[in-house]
Amino acid sequence: MFDITPQLFALQLMTGIALGAVYALLAIGLSLIFGMLTVVNFAHGAFFMVGAFLGIYSIALTGSFWFSLLLVPLATGAIGLVCERFLVRPLYGRGLDYPLLLTFGLSYVMIDVMRFTFGIEGLPTSTPPDLRGAVFLGFGYFPLYRLFLIAATAVIVLGLWLFIEKTRYGLIIRAGSRDPEIVKVLGIDIARVWWLVFGIGTAIAGLSGLLAAPTRAVNPEMGIPILAESFVVTVVGGMGSLPGAVVAGLLVGVVFSMTSLLAPEYAELSIFVLMAVVLLIRPQGFFGKAGLMS
Amino acid sequence: MKNSIISLLLLARRHRVATVLLFLLVFPFLMPYDALSVNILIFGLYAVGFNLLFGYTGMLSFGHAAFLGVGGYLAGIAVVHGGWPWWAAIVTGVAASCLAGVVIGYLAIRTRGIYFSMVTLALAQIMYYVFYKAEDWTGGENGLRGVRVESIKLPGLSIDFINPLNKYYVILVFVALALWFVSRILNSPFGAVIEAIRENEKRAAACGYDVARAKLLVFVLSAGICGLAGALRALHLSIVPIDSLHYLQSGQAVMMCLLGGMGTFFGPFVGAAVFMYLEDVVTNLTRYWMGAVGMVFMVFVLFFPKGIWGTLVHQMERWLRRQGDRA
Repeated sequence: MFDITPQLFALQLMTGIALGAVYALLAIGLSLIFGMLTVVNFAHGAFFMVGAFLGIYSIALTGSFWFSLLLVPLATGAIGLVCERFLVRPLYGRGLDYPLLLTFGLSYVMIDVMRFTFGIEGLPTSTPPDLRGAVFLGFGYFPLYRLFLIAATAVIVLGLWLFIEKTRYGLIIRAGSRDPEIVKVLGIDIARVWWLVFGIGTAIAGLSGLLAAPTRAVNPEMGIPILAESFVVTVVGGMGSLPGAVVAGLLVGVVFSMTSLLAPEYAELSIFVLMAVVLLIRPQGFFGKAGLMS
Repeated sequence: MKNSIISLLLLARRHRVATVLLFLLVFPFLMPYDALSVNILIFGLYAVGFNLLFGYTGMLSFGHAAFLGVGGYLAGIAVVHGGWPWWAAIVTGVAASCLAGVVIGYLAIRTRGIYFSMVTLALAQIMYYVFYKAEDWTGGENGLRGVRVESIKLPGLSIDFINPLNKYYVILVFVALALWFVSRILNSPFGAVIEAIRENEKRAAACGYDVARAKLLVFVLSAGICGLAGALRALHLSIVPIDSLHYLQSGQAVMMCLLGGMGTFFGPFVGAAVFMYLEDVVTNLTRYWMGAVGMVFMVFVLFFPKGIWGTLVHQMERWLRRQGDRA
């Protein structure tokens, strides 16, 4: 057993934040969709997986990581728009369980479409050439790509925050999640807003798939465990809360990487135990409104 | 002629357990091979347990594989590591899954609606990792092998448990007991309480019922029935695959229940039969079985939310009512 030095500890903390950044992105997409449409997207992990596959494909095709960074969210967002329009929308007003069940069935189809297209083995991943190597952070060398992952998440979160808080369209989204009836009365086509929000949520899921691909194995089933993990983040942070998604995402990432350092056997378990503890103490999560869920 | 059909239907409705059993008695002779009918019987029971929670109480759990798996693993461990007889293995499996139901249920019922689905999914993942890591006991990734039960010994009787048709009827005895039990619950005042919770939880609480306790109790009962299905499956397959704790296995309960008709007595069996039969046919044609079943499922969610049996029952009830009005 090697000694756990402060340097190692700090590096592992950074690794946890990089992992947490991916969780935060996924949870933001889930929360955004839920906050507006009250739909739990069970296909969120599948959109993440499709984003990873399309990312590798598009990097191979265009040769540019940066161009793919633009292309992939547009593609997964477009898939999301089609799914909302033709599959989820007919179910509004029929209770909360039906959209959830539908997206669950959708995830099966998406997994098999990817198996059919790219094979069941999955694809090899590589770090984009511009982002290879490591940087010295004062306490040790840290992979540049993971640093980029954290920065990219920060930019996306900031952009989303500005969009929701500072633009006219964001105002409509905020109003719509408070009281869709009144927004409708004011002459705004709320179904269109819902449609776009579903698209934005799935675009972010696809983008996080692309970003996370170099740090994990890419195969058609990769979305399943990450769906469970992003549910943990959502429950811990509080459903429908964007700050909750970010804080809980980072916390879950750090808890995971710290347990993998100190007690690797329990790494997968740790985050679920964290969720159980939060459920016992504060069932609505860090930022959730009390009474919303219990 | 018409009158005798009506009275037959009414009789079947009144004695639902007997009717279902009568059908299940001849069922193996309608299927292409016996192993398939054993599978359908076991997964039908699994779906019945799930239906008690989802169909009758309105709690959509996405973690019921935990109970199928715990029931299977503990029954398997009792046989492999303990050398216990088959009946003790079944009792162990059911008891363990009830215990798992108490723990998971206690945490999960603190949340409602869709949160409940998310939390049960996440808590079931714990079970998956625990059994995956405890390799010495469970065989880890390879599953628990060697759950060998060659004959069922009763006083003065020994049944060959290798023959699939014998297996079917032995398992049917347990399924019959479970069905009677479920029917008894649904007919009891407690059964009325859980349906009241499904229709309007706040009103049920306002009527003075202890909603949290009723939810926990029905969760544990449902877990126990799924655990029984798991234990029987372990004896049937003589192996407990790690997949039985997987998220997709939880999803299978949801799919079978919805395909057959949630909240109907016989629906889960119809759902299990359609699901397993489709799987059998589709995997012979293509390896993309998941996509096919996903599409069928989406069509049902969109257009036939009552499921196959639910729609049939609905039409039958309407017809009966019309006949009643006319008479």
